[in-house]
Amino acid sequence: MSATTWAWLVLLLPLLGSIVVSLGFRAIPARVAGIVGTASIGLAFLCAIAALVNLLGEDADARHHASSLWDYASAAGLDIKLGIYVDQLSVFMMLVVTGVSTLIHLYSFGYMQSDEGYHRFFSYLNFFVFSMLLLVLAGNFVLLIVGWAFVGFASYALISFWYRRATATKAGMKAFVINVVGDIGLVLAALLIFRELGTFEYGEVFARAPEVFARGEWTVTAICLLLLVGAFAKSAQIPFHTWLPDAMEGPTPVSSLIHAATMVTAGVYLIARTHVLFYLAPTAADIGAFIGLATLLVAGTIAIAMTDLKRAIAYSTMSQIGYMIMGVSIGAYAQGLFHLMTHAFFKALLFMTAGSIISAMANRQDIDRMSGFWKAMRFTSLMFVIGGLALAAFPLTSGFFSKDSILAYAEARGGMYTWMAIGGYVGALLTALYTFRLIFRVLPGEPCEEAQHLIDTGELYHGPPINPANEELEDTEVGFPGATHHVAEGSWPMAVAMAALGFGALFAGLIQVPGVDNVLFGFLEPAFADSPLAAIHPTVGAEWRGLAIGAVISLVGIGLAWVLWVARPELPALFRRRLRPVYLLAVNKWYFDEAIDFLVVRPALAIGRFANSTFERLVVDGLVSGTRETVSAAGGIVHVVQSGFVRSYALLLIAGFAGLALYFLLSSS
Amino acid sequence: MEEVLFFAAAIGALGGAIGVVAMRNPFYSVLALIVHLFSLAVLFLLLSSAFVAAAQVVVYAGAVMVLYVFVVAYVGGGEESAWESIPGQQFIAPLLGIALFVELAIAVLASSLLALGQEGPHVNPGFGDPAAIGTLLLEKFLVPFEASSILLLLAAVGAIVLAGRRVPERASGAGSPGTPREREPGDPAPDAHPAEVPIR
Amino acid sequence: MSIEWYVVLSSLLFAVGAMGILLRRSPVVILLCLELMLNAGNLALVAFSRMVGNQQGQVFAIVVMVVAACEVVIGLGLIVAIFRRRLPLDVDELRELRG
Repeated sequence: MSATTWAWLVLLLPLLGSIVVSLGFRAIPARVAGIVGTASIGLAFLCAIAALVNLLGEDADARHHASSLWDYASAAGLDIKLGIYVDQLSVFMMLVVTGVSTLIHLYSFGYMQSDEGYHRFFSYLNFFVFSMLLLVLAGNFVLLIVGWAFVGFASYALISFWYRRATATKAGMKAFVINVVGDIGLVLAALLIFRELGTFEYGEVFARAPEVFARGEWTVTAICLLLLVGAFAKSAQIPFHTWLPDAMEGPTPVSSLIHAATMVTAGVYLIARTHVLFYLAPTAADIGAFIGLATLLVAGTIAIAMTDLKRAIAYSTMSQIGYMIMGVSIGAYAQGLFHLMTHAFFKALLFMTAGSIISAMANRQDIDRMSGFWKAMRFTSLMFVIGGLALAAFPLTSGFFSKDSILAYAEARGGMYTWMAIGGYVGALLTALYTFRLIFRVLPGEPCEEAQHLIDTGELYHGPPINPANEELEDTEVGFPGATHHVAEGSWPMAVAMAALGFGALFAGLIQVPGVDNVLFGFLEPAFADSPLAAIHPTVGAEWRGLAIGAVISLVGIGLAWVLWVARPELPALFRRRLRPVYLLAVNKWYFDEAIDFLVVRPALAIGRFANSTFERLVVDGLVSGTRETVSAAGGIVHVVQSGFVRSYALLLIAGFAGLALYFLLSSS
Repeated sequence: MEEVLFFAAAIGALGGAIGVVAMRNPFYSVLALIVHLFSLAVLFLLLSSAFVAAAQVVVYAGAVMVLYVFVVAYVGGGEESAWESIPGQQFIAPLLGIALFVELAIAVLASSLLALGQEGPHVNPGFGDPAAIGTLLLEKFLVPFEASSILLLLAAVGAIVLAGRRVPERASGAGSPGTPREREPGDPAPDAHPAEVPIR
Repeated sequence: MSIEWYVVLSSLLFAVGAMGILLRRSPVVILLCLELMLNAGNLALVAFSRMVGNQQGQVFAIVVMVVAACEVVIGLGLIVAIFRRRLPLDVDELRELRG
């Protein structure tokens, strides 16, 4: 079987899983639904591996295939096919998506076990994986947009999974609306591409673009800017990022799959896929890089001030994706994707451990209330530390190699990009700081009440079901999380998934040690061979220098976190008082929500209200009533004829006949 | 000779027609119409339509007019009141009538149908005989013939339904709205013996 | 007499009948005027039949007579029904059928 056939199978299996679980939810018991959902993704992962093997069996230059099932539209110059494009990039993304998704499905098998909406969860999750695979496998821009939109829908459905919670539904709507703004950018970009190049297919677009566009021409810059709008909205970069922290309202597996590992990386994939266009529009690429850098730093500062565990990790995600966006915008395609892969591992792991801890805390997420979990949940804490080390780029972890590869490339490119590298190192310091802030707040110290309960009785603390965002008391029926929770120590699927990811977080970087092996970059390079930027390689010496700097920064950051939150815990409060404006800026998320509310939401509401009160009342109703009144008046005039007198009717009859006869006499004379 | 007869019959017809319109008493109008019908029969004879003339006398002047006489006798020949409820109708009507006549006359006289100006082709003596008409009715015009007989049946049934008396309601009738019908002029007195009620 | 005379006479009678309908208020007299108009039509039919030379016009006139008879029957039935209900026999008074 060819690689494309395996790729079609990979696409088909999650869709089947979703359909089977959703249609059979009454007939299939819960455990079976979980098994079906997980197995479909697992099988998809195996098919992805088969596609990879198949692809590796070919020449390095010939590893790109397009395959189409049928034509959607083939008229008036349009030629849209239901087609996929299998090359190194899409196979890589396929593997990452299916691999991490399988582990997260396994985790959810245990974590969501007592939830009333178990079937719905797995059907949505499978549908999401299908949409994400559609996105990465799409062979033309139209199918990309379809996958993009489906992913947005799946995200909405899963964020508002506990739909009776007002905060969850609002968060879902916010995510969806901001995603739609990105969709608009993407669709406009696709339209422009079609207008200029006459096709939607990837192969043809990327072949024709260098011939049709001059470097730096405004049309291709406009296309790339619109693509960036789409990418930023999906990948939660400034200014389209405000939905991601609120998206933490969804269940933890959702946060770990969609909002850490896969969906938010769609923007990175998009830029990598359209790198030919971005090479032709250096202005747009630089804008992308700057926004990535800005997000990296801003999100890092906010993450230090966050007290909600999941939101802190969300801002960390935003920051790491800033690295990836910066990387693929400046030309470090393979490096950015490397970081995507390692980030998927350690961020998913971090969210999983967060889920375990939150379960132990009876659904509370406030780190001010957490402490001493090292004594209460050894395995979870160990996984937390492993994920944190990888995130903070501790030497020899996966994050260490991937993050520094991007920064080494930036230095090698030189010029203003060296400043970006410096910014990236500052961000790395912040990363280490906020990561170990979380670890040192939650793990060491005297066990909090919930942890103590776990140590003493071996059972989870049972609190009243509340909404962690606003402390409202909730119910336990479907649409709410329910009262029962599961931790990794008690649920083997969760433990197995976390262990697998922990292994990846620690050792996945070893496939790309500078000067030692070149597994990943060697595989990915031919996909980017048509870009001169990808030919820039930092020397091995420069890379090791970068790694050394990164190691130092990481250790300094961890040490600083130790000082601030373990050795001298009174210092953070002091800093908060002394640097109060900075603290306020960080804790209020740099006031982005308020700014968007002021600039966008309020004018939109005002326009709506104006339309309703004035336009609707005067123009629309006026037209309708006016028509009605005119017709009634006309009817009233004609009504006079119907007097009821038989003789006047007869008069009209005879008069009419006389008139008609007169007409005919005159016309025939 | 033919002209004399024509003018006599024409004056009779016209006079009868004007009499129908002008007489105040409906009974006199009916009588005027009978005169008109007889004159028309003479005109039909002049046009060699013997059967139609006979039918006119027997059916029209005979049966239909008798119906009219009965109804006018039943209803009564009340004079009409003088006031005119539709303003202007008295003045417009004659104008319209004259206009109508003038237009029709122009249409006929100025017509390019030249045969109108002649007396008609020579016809055999049996032109308007019952035999000729009967042959046509039963051969060529069978369907209209049958249709008009059905029409007569319908008219008879319709007339009975319209003008027949309603069946008197029982005072203790279950399920039927029991408003006793008003006493009509021909009804017997309420306490009459049932055997004396005329058979419907 | 040429056929013209008959046809013109027929149109004159028709006009008189039409005028009568517009002028009179009693339903009985209006029906009589209708008879006038129908008979005028019959006269024209028979005259044209003589002009053409076959009896088809005469058959037509007979059918018209049948129709006129039926119509008279119904009309008179209506008048009897109106009279029975003690309503005034005046077409201007009977005007509930209005818009």
